[in-house]
Amino acid sequence: MKKEELDSETGGFTAFALLLERLLFSPSRNAKLQLLGQYFQSAPEEDRGYGLALLTGGLAIETVRAGQLRNLAKARVDESLFRWSYAYVGDLGETIALIWPEAVKDLDVASLKRRAVNLSDLVTEVKSLTPLEVFPYIDRALDGMSEVERWTFVKLVTGSSLRIGVSARLAKQGLAKAYDVDVDEIERVWSAFQPPYKPLFDWLDGDTNQPELPDEIFFHPPMLAVALEESELEDMAATDYVAEWKWDGIRVQVASDGSKQRRIFSRSGDEITSAFPDLVEHLDFRAVVDGELLVRSDVLDVGGRAEANTLPGVMADVAPFNHLQQRLNRKNVSSKLCATYPVMLCCYDLLFEDSEDLRELSFQERRERLEAWSKRTDLDASVIRISHQFTFKGWDELKELRECSRDAGLEGLMIKHKDSPYLTGRPKGHWFKWKRDPLNLDTVLIYAQRGHGKRSSFYSDYTFAVWDEGDDGARELVPVGKAYSGFTDEELVRLDKWIRDNTIERFGASVRSVKPELVLEVVFDDLQRSTRHRSGVAMRFPRIHRIRWDKPAEEADTMESVQKLMG
Amino acid sequence: MSDLEKSWIYPEEHGLYVEPGDFYLDPVKSVARAVITHGHADHARPGNEEVWATPQTIEIMEIRYGKAAVETKHAMPFEQSWSIGPVNISLMPAGHVLGSAQVVLEYEGQRVVYTGDYKRKSDPTCEAFIPVRCDVLITEATFGLPIFRNPDPNQEVQKLIQSMEQQPERSHVIGVYALGKCQRLIAMLREAGYTKPIYLHGSLRALCDYYRGQGIDLGDLQPATISEKELLKGALVLGPPSAIREKWARRLSDPVVGYASGWMSVRQRAKQRNAELPLVISDHADWPDLLRTIDETKCSEVWVTHGQEDALVHVCRQRGLRAKPLALVGFEEEAE
Repeated sequence: MKKEELDSETGGFTAFALLLERLLFSPSRNAKLQLLGQYFQSAPEEDRGYGLALLTGGLAIETVRAGQLRNLAKARVDESLFRWSYAYVGDLGETIALIWPEAVKDLDVASLKRRAVNLSDLVTEVKSLTPLEVFPYIDRALDGMSEVERWTFVKLVTGSSLRIGVSARLAKQGLAKAYDVDVDEIERVWSAFQPPYKPLFDWLDGDTNQPELPDEIFFHPPMLAVALEESELEDMAATDYVAEWKWDGIRVQVASDGSKQRRIFSRSGDEITSAFPDLVEHLDFRAVVDGELLVRSDVLDVGGRAEANTLPGVMADVAPFNHLQQRLNRKNVSSKLCATYPVMLCCYDLLFEDSEDLRELSFQERRERLEAWSKRTDLDASVIRISHQFTFKGWDELKELRECSRDAGLEGLMIKHKDSPYLTGRPKGHWFKWKRDPLNLDTVLIYAQRGHGKRSSFYSDYTFAVWDEGDDGARELVPVGKAYSGFTDEELVRLDKWIRDNTIERFGASVRSVKPELVLEVVFDDLQRSTRHRSGVAMRFPRIHRIRWDKPAEEADTMESVQKLMG
Repeated sequence: MSDLEKSWIYPEEHGLYVEPGDFYLDPVKSVARAVITHGHADHARPGNEEVWATPQTIEIMEIRYGKAAVETKHAMPFEQSWSIGPVNISLMPAGHVLGSAQVVLEYEGQRVVYTGDYKRKSDPTCEAFIPVRCDVLITEATFGLPIFRNPDPNQEVQKLIQSMEQQPERSHVIGVYALGKCQRLIAMLREAGYTKPIYLHGSLRALCDYYRGQGIDLGDLQPATISEKELLKGALVLGPPSAIREKWARRLSDPVVGYASGWMSVRQRAKQRNAELPLVISDHADWPDLLRTIDETKCSEVWVTHGQEDALVHVCRQRGLRAKPLALVGFEEEAE
């Protein structure tokens, strides 16, 4: 069959929708790679780039919000039926896809004939819609689609992440597999292009040479660390490594030409430049730097970290993470906010100096270049500085430092091999993060909520509490946090059953209060004071460590122990 | 008749009670007299003294519980009426599994139909559902939400055959209910021209033998001896869903795991079960068929036994019918 004939039968959009569904159900990485490879080989030429962009999260269409789509569906389906269905499915997009009425049979055949459409056409059409055209267009489009197409289309127009278990990296690996090239060759030129990545596909098709990188500033995928298993230390020679503190900020990449192009990227490559004008004005250099973004405490009345000063390399003027949070997820910021929560950059790697790519050099050589560069460049040390690095004779020495990290407000240690080049992704054996031990508390389960997505039929989100003594001396339970991870699938099934068997009261379709009888041992990275919570504390990254089926609830922890943990 | 409370049929502790005849429909606890619609364990329970059911349902109960499970049995063929006390009764095909029946009850000029579990889509292993005109329809609603619109089951069977062709090196392991779904899937595969041996988990064997004895052609069936991995490479293996979740089948090398069930139409549910190949093949009526059946019986009142009763009751009321949920306990939410 000729390609055109095939296209006119189903269209590239159908193929893309079926790909997403099969990716969702494929449990293994290999199977996913296989499917991705097949797709890139067989998709219509003009579709490949859009498919790739959607799979890598590089194309956000975001024409409507999910809530608006829900209203569109309600015009077609009785409101109560929609509500019950949504409660059952747990996912708005899938509910709409499943419940949207199929085309009515007594319409004339011509209008029923489904329109075969390519993904590229669909994306172009959707992007060109004026606000007035959006809803009629979506309404009509959904009418002409099969269920799996509707499911995909809803993801597309709401700009939601695909949630099919495929990372940007895996999609690129699938592409590399399809064209039999090294994925790093794709990564190298990746961020230089925009969807639909025509120069990239021209090269992969063999029509052109690998594209020259344009002379502009762009994001370079960062090198990530793997979590250290302590047992691994036995096989690692301490003298091969150096260590740094793991700061409690956010990882950023700063790329600047020293004049007009000054850009700040998050770890995942989102540009966040406009949120940090107070850092941008200090980027008077031509380089690409990897570092940690932190808030300075010197102007804040939060008392720095004087107690930590006896430790090597601990910056005393760094504010706790919740101050940095005031600066995150904002598109634009006021000068007042910048003055109240001023940011600084702690640099730990140099990827480019001028136009020279340093990534092939060893970490030690890059470090030397970083130090020399920082001396030569006229940096304002209150805003940009380089991280302290320490060498050590043995792992025991490092262990002792790590044990001090919580008191010093640090997340732990980073351990880096002196010979490591700067590798994209999370390569094994090069960089390690050695986090401080988490804190833990024995708490009592008091509320459970239904999960979302594949957990929608399970009570999988747990609110837990500790004992507090009221004014009259009576003990009561005060909620201190909520967790939805840390347990196995088998434990989830058992917890779900326990919750259903021990429900006191139901709140709507998704929340239940339960008898205060089950003890959950929770671990968390940190505790912070909070005015938003009744208990006055907020946990960071809480998760269920153990379910104490054996422990009586009366023996769970108290507010007193919570206060102690906060120090 | 109108109010459920004043009716001659009502739910109580042991199940749905037919007062003038002093008997129960699919009782959940053992009783003196029971009319049983079909052989699934949540409808046909052991320990009742006197049971009326189709000959197949009785034989299926004997296979599952032994000959002594019921003291007095009355095998009633379809469309043959009899009486218990003043109530006139007959059984009509429900299309759910082999021998499954609706119960038609007549008393004081009123006709009530209890559907039991039923479906309207094609099934080569049992007699097709026949809608019966009635005043009150007592219906199931396992899939009583508008999100459940099942595809043609033959299309799903094609999906399975296609997957086996595309990945000939991998075994396909499909979770099926031991009574009904298992034999229906096999029979449909045979109709679609799949002639290779199909391998069965031990717990599926007895009922497959029974179906064959009833003249249903299931082709070449072999025991799935998991120890013989090589033999099962590329083969089709069927097992009960519990065995698949219990990792029985995962000992095969890199199997494609699937389930044949109405729940598979909701992706999140399928994902939860780790189904790589979800097959939407249901032995229950989907939403359009539930509504169509209510229309065809011309009933003026609908009672919903179990499942997603809120939505079905809501729609019946919108259509001007009297409708009530019975909220019967004991029928499994997940049973399929």
